[in-house]
Amino acid sequence: MSQFHVKRKDVNNVSIVYLKGYLDAHTAPEFEKTLQELVDENRVKIVVNLSELSYISSAGLGVFMGFIEDIRNKKGDIKIAEPSEKVFRVFDLLGFTVLYEIFHKEEEAVSKYSKS
Amino acid sequence: MDNKTKSYRLKIPSRTDNLELIRNFVSGLAKKVGFDKDDINKIELAVDEACTNVIEHAYRNDEGKDIDIVIKIDYDKFTIIVADQGRSIDVDKIKMPDMKKYLAELRVGGLGIYLMKTLMDEVDYRTIPGKRNEVRMVKYFLKKDEKLKKNK
Repeated sequence: MSQFHVKRKDVNNVSIVYLKGYLDAHTAPEFEKTLQELVDENRVKIVVNLSELSYISSAGLGVFMGFIEDIRNKKGDIKIAEPSEKVFRVFDLLGFTVLYEIFHKEEEAVSKYSKS
Repeated sequence: MDNKTKSYRLKIPSRTDNLELIRNFVSGLAKKVGFDKDDINKIELAVDEACTNVIEHAYRNDEGKDIDIVIKIDYDKFTIIVADQGRSIDVDKIKMPDMKKYLAELRVGGLGIYLMKTLMDEVDYRTIPGKRNEVRMVKYFLKKDEKLKKNK
């Protein structure tokens, strides 16, 4: 019943993950699986595009938290792009805006990797 | 407006795939009573967090159990009671996490209670160990500062 999709696109050494629909305790494992695959393949320069994500709960935010340490230890990062106002507010409420770089446009997040 | 409390109830199996239905039930009623989009989003998220805690902690993912959600609409407030008959939480152990410390340590999970308390005007727990736990969350129709202004 739950509408949630994860799509992945690799561009050179950056992987872009597109989340669509509702990210809650039910759908979080699917997103977790995608991030785990990326870590296993050592593709740790990640941009998560949230433009089509309509909802996030703490279970969804927990997925970001669960991987960030490992990914940064591997010299990678998770950057966030194009969240809606509603989704951004949840990140902001929990102070996640300090922990993650958030970009208005996906290209800005991707190009940040080539600059660093 | 009349002073009679209106009650609505949803008793639903404790499964994460029901979260969407729970959110729709609650946000539908919040919309009906005239909350703005921002408040509807807050109420929806707070209830999701309460139910996720029940599913994962009180019932430990036992899908045979039920979550009992009651919404009461009074003239001045919207109350949501989420009840379960699972494992009790130690109310003394519930405190607001220190967010700075939390973020510094990059800890996982446990954000639900913090969110509920931040999103709603009142949150309290009642528990009869081994029998029933309930979390009661309130959102007032008038924001607190508006109320103060009105009383002046």
